[in-house]
Amino acid sequence: MLELVTFSLLNGVVYGLLLFMLSSGLTLIWSMMGVLNFAHASMFMLGAYFSYQLGRTIGFWPALVIAPLLVGAVGGAIERFGLRHVHRQGHVGEILFTFGLAYLIAEVVIMVWGRNPIENRVPATIDFPAFVLFGTRYPFYKVLMMAISVGMFVFLYLAFKRTRVGLVIQAALTHPQMVSALGHDVPRVFVLVFAVGSALAALAGVIGGFALLTEPNMAAALGPIVFVVVVVGGLGSIPGALVASMLIGIVQTFAVALDYSLLDLLRTLGVSLARSSPFYEVCAIKVAQAAPIIPYLLLVLMLILRPKGLMGTRET
Amino acid sequence: MTLPLPSASALQLTDVHKSFGATKIIRGVSLAIAKGERHAIIGPNGAGKSTLFNLISGRFAPTRGSIRLDGEEVGGSAPYRISRRGLARSFQVTNIFPRMSVYENIRCSALWALGHRYNFWRSIDRLHDARERADEVLARIRMTARRDTLAGVLTYAEQRALEIGITIAGDAQVILLDEPTAGMSRSETEATVELIRTVSQGKTLVIVEHDMGVVFGLADRISVLVYGEIIATDAPDRVRENAAVQAAYLGTLPDA
Amino acid sequence: MNRRSGAPAAASAPGGAATDTVRRYRSWAAAVILLLILPHVPGLDSSFGRSMLSQMGIAAVFALSYNLLLGQTGLLSFGHAVYFGLGAYAAIHLMRAINGGLPLPMPFVPLAGAAGGLAVGLVFGAVTTRRAGVVFALISLGVGELVFAAMRMLQGFSGGEEGITADRSHGPRLFGLDFTSQLQVYYLIAFWALVAAALMHFFMRTPVGRMCNAVRDNPERAEFIGYSAQRVRFTAFAVAAMFAGLAGGLHAINYEIVAAEAVGAARSGTVLLMVYIGGVSNFIGAILGAITITWLQVSLSDYTAAWQLYLGLFFMAIVLFAPGGLAGLIMMHAPLLRTAAFPGLLRAYAVALAPAVVMLAGAIMLLEINYRLSTQPEAGARITLLHVSLDAASPWPWLVAALLLGAGFLAFRRTWPGVTAAWQRATDEAGTGGTP
Repeated sequence: MLELVTFSLLNGVVYGLLLFMLSSGLTLIWSMMGVLNFAHASMFMLGAYFSYQLGRTIGFWPALVIAPLLVGAVGGAIERFGLRHVHRQGHVGEILFTFGLAYLIAEVVIMVWGRNPIENRVPATIDFPAFVLFGTRYPFYKVLMMAISVGMFVFLYLAFKRTRVGLVIQAALTHPQMVSALGHDVPRVFVLVFAVGSALAALAGVIGGFALLTEPNMAAALGPIVFVVVVVGGLGSIPGALVASMLIGIVQTFAVALDYSLLDLLRTLGVSLARSSPFYEVCAIKVAQAAPIIPYLLLVLMLILRPKGLMGTRET
Repeated sequence: MTLPLPSASALQLTDVHKSFGATKIIRGVSLAIAKGERHAIIGPNGAGKSTLFNLISGRFAPTRGSIRLDGEEVGGSAPYRISRRGLARSFQVTNIFPRMSVYENIRCSALWALGHRYNFWRSIDRLHDARERADEVLARIRMTARRDTLAGVLTYAEQRALEIGITIAGDAQVILLDEPTAGMSRSETEATVELIRTVSQGKTLVIVEHDMGVVFGLADRISVLVYGEIIATDAPDRVRENAAVQAAYLGTLPDA
Repeated sequence: MNRRSGAPAAASAPGGAATDTVRRYRSWAAAVILLLILPHVPGLDSSFGRSMLSQMGIAAVFALSYNLLLGQTGLLSFGHAVYFGLGAYAAIHLMRAINGGLPLPMPFVPLAGAAGGLAVGLVFGAVTTRRAGVVFALISLGVGELVFAAMRMLQGFSGGEEGITADRSHGPRLFGLDFTSQLQVYYLIAFWALVAAALMHFFMRTPVGRMCNAVRDNPERAEFIGYSAQRVRFTAFAVAAMFAGLAGGLHAINYEIVAAEAVGAARSGTVLLMVYIGGVSNFIGAILGAITITWLQVSLSDYTAAWQLYLGLFFMAIVLFAPGGLAGLIMMHAPLLRTAAFPGLLRAYAVALAPAVVMLAGAIMLLEINYRLSTQPEAGARITLLHVSLDAASPWPWLVAALLLGAGFLAFRRTWPGVTAAWQRATDEAGTGGTP
């Protein structure tokens, strides 16, 4: 029992931190530019694919650095040459652009790497156990993932709160003309924000690509959950994103391990449901089966009850 | 729910406060405007005049104090509820429906007052009262020629006229106009003042203005709002002579 | 003539009201006649053609319902397929009941779809329309994922990924129709599509329909003229859900099977694409988009495996360069038709067309070669494009494609000022001030 709880907790934390790495970049872009970047998970995917491709030629550690930079450049180019022309259409236009972009990037990935998952194996340099717990070896790459995400959190928090650039960016969101009049190059700031956000997502992808299946559908699978994290955590709040990621990561990991259903609960209370009852099917669903919908339930509840999110500073 | 007090006031503000976070914008405003009165609110920039309008019309809720429309408490109510009770307001920054025609803008503004609610079973073109009211308002604001133009492509002056048109389309008993002549030339201002005079016949008018000519020509009484407080409420001549008002506007000491 | 929202009638002016009505009835009559003869037109009179027409009809109803939501009321939803799919499920279950003996003729089944869509729309709408804009979009995404996951889990109701089937030809006959032939199915769909389109068009002309436009344009001001923006949105949402459910019911009859993908994100995304490409606030635009995208899905997939990539590129092009969609592009040209400068504009387009085609040919070559190599590596490096055989292992096809792309692009850029100038001349003459 303790073993189950410990490993679920550990894995939940790792998954939560992965979600945080992804959502931090999205929060950055969203709260600073007001753009709901549907293509954010696509940058994650590109990070995984780029690092796989680079890793085969120059090794894992250089790829860890170069892949995010490349994807960051892609992100910057997207803002500079694409998104910039859509800003004047308002938020709906921006969302649609990133929506189409996500679709397009998935198709381009298929075009370059094919439809099937690629053999993105953990490279030998980090494929060793970090420690042994309860007789099971815990892999180092997961520890590396944790370390990188914590580092990301610190970096972002400081960038937001302590640097001048962070202040300028925050001001540029609500008063771009004023900030521009004060001499700051607002369009360039936007390019920077988009590039950095994308690079962060790609960094998550480099590591996350080992934990998850690297295939063209990975962006579509992970994307909605990242939105949930950002909304539940609250707009514009990096700490909120961390809390929400951990919450969802841990809850979902635990849920997957629970093989109980409502039916079992009723049985312990002495109530038994006939198989022909219309509620039988719903009650027979095990928590493990229902695990995928937990984030969305949380999203809908949060948006209805507290649209600001857990720690948000601003309503959308 | 508070019972309506018998009153001759169309609009009554009692000790109204409004703060945004730590910043106090309105600091204890009390005002009673009689039915049929034309009341102007003047004051330096940043005094809180638009905020006051926003409080009365429901855009913001007061932090403290009561706002009564025709005796009924409306402070903190949603804008549409206050509008349904017979209060209409115009905006300082033009707030129209840009992708609809001028005619449509006005017709929609008259719908609720004419009782059409959420009707989804009759074509609007068959509602003659809506059409007649819209045509009438169009004629009043002299925009009949621009009837089918999309509101978003109108000139500034035309948009200001439409702004007033939207406000009066519902035939509300209490009309709030927020700087209706801002940015207008002399002749446009005169035309607008005439329009305001005619449409406010028999109605209660509260107007925020900077143009003193307009104010002194239209108003029965004037309130002076400075830093969120009313420092004087009186007939135009007496306000003109009020020492505190002079000090607030001109910054001179009372005996200079 | 001043057209608004692509509706077949102009703003009502006194005296013009009678001619407007005549014009409107004439448009609808023309539509009825068109729908009657389409399945007999050579080229479409096969089972394949009629099947495609049926699919277009279903898509058109779905797209119109989405237009009502997004184009007319400004509510961007990423989960509209929920109402389509749940309506489809309601319909297929009714069909099974009919198969089991319920004495209801099949033509009434789509009503069950509409009822299902409406019921779910009322439940979800009451809660989700409290917010608008980006928050609403996210809620719709969440609800969509939720319902999709639920459908995958509730195997008894939904049949999971495999779905539930029914037989449309097994039930009481109305007018002797047994729906074994695709032609009969088409006419049923065309009938309901026409009814749905007429009702939705009418809805936009009612007071609450006009207020939907007002709430879209300026929700804040709408409140100051007495309307609760949330209530207006809720009404639009419920109506849109109802017609989406109707489309779902037609889907159930057409395919005789409904699976979890009917409520899925892919379907929600497709209807968004359809409406946006067609022209987002435009009644005709929605229909145009539905027809175009359905045609692409059905036909283009026969020519190239990369058709989804092309669809994505097409969508991006619209978002970037023509946000008014296809209908918007057409309407931009409408006032220019009678000007003397119009032939000059057509000439400028023709001049720009040649390098554009070259450029596209190069791009398509590159895309197709890449696609084939990546997705079907087992088929080898020999590729056939338009009956031309290429060896993708050698550098020649790549060089040729790159050359076509580069040269075409440069030449195309040269022609663009000519197009802009011709456009300017035409719009000046027409007296309007549009930008290409």
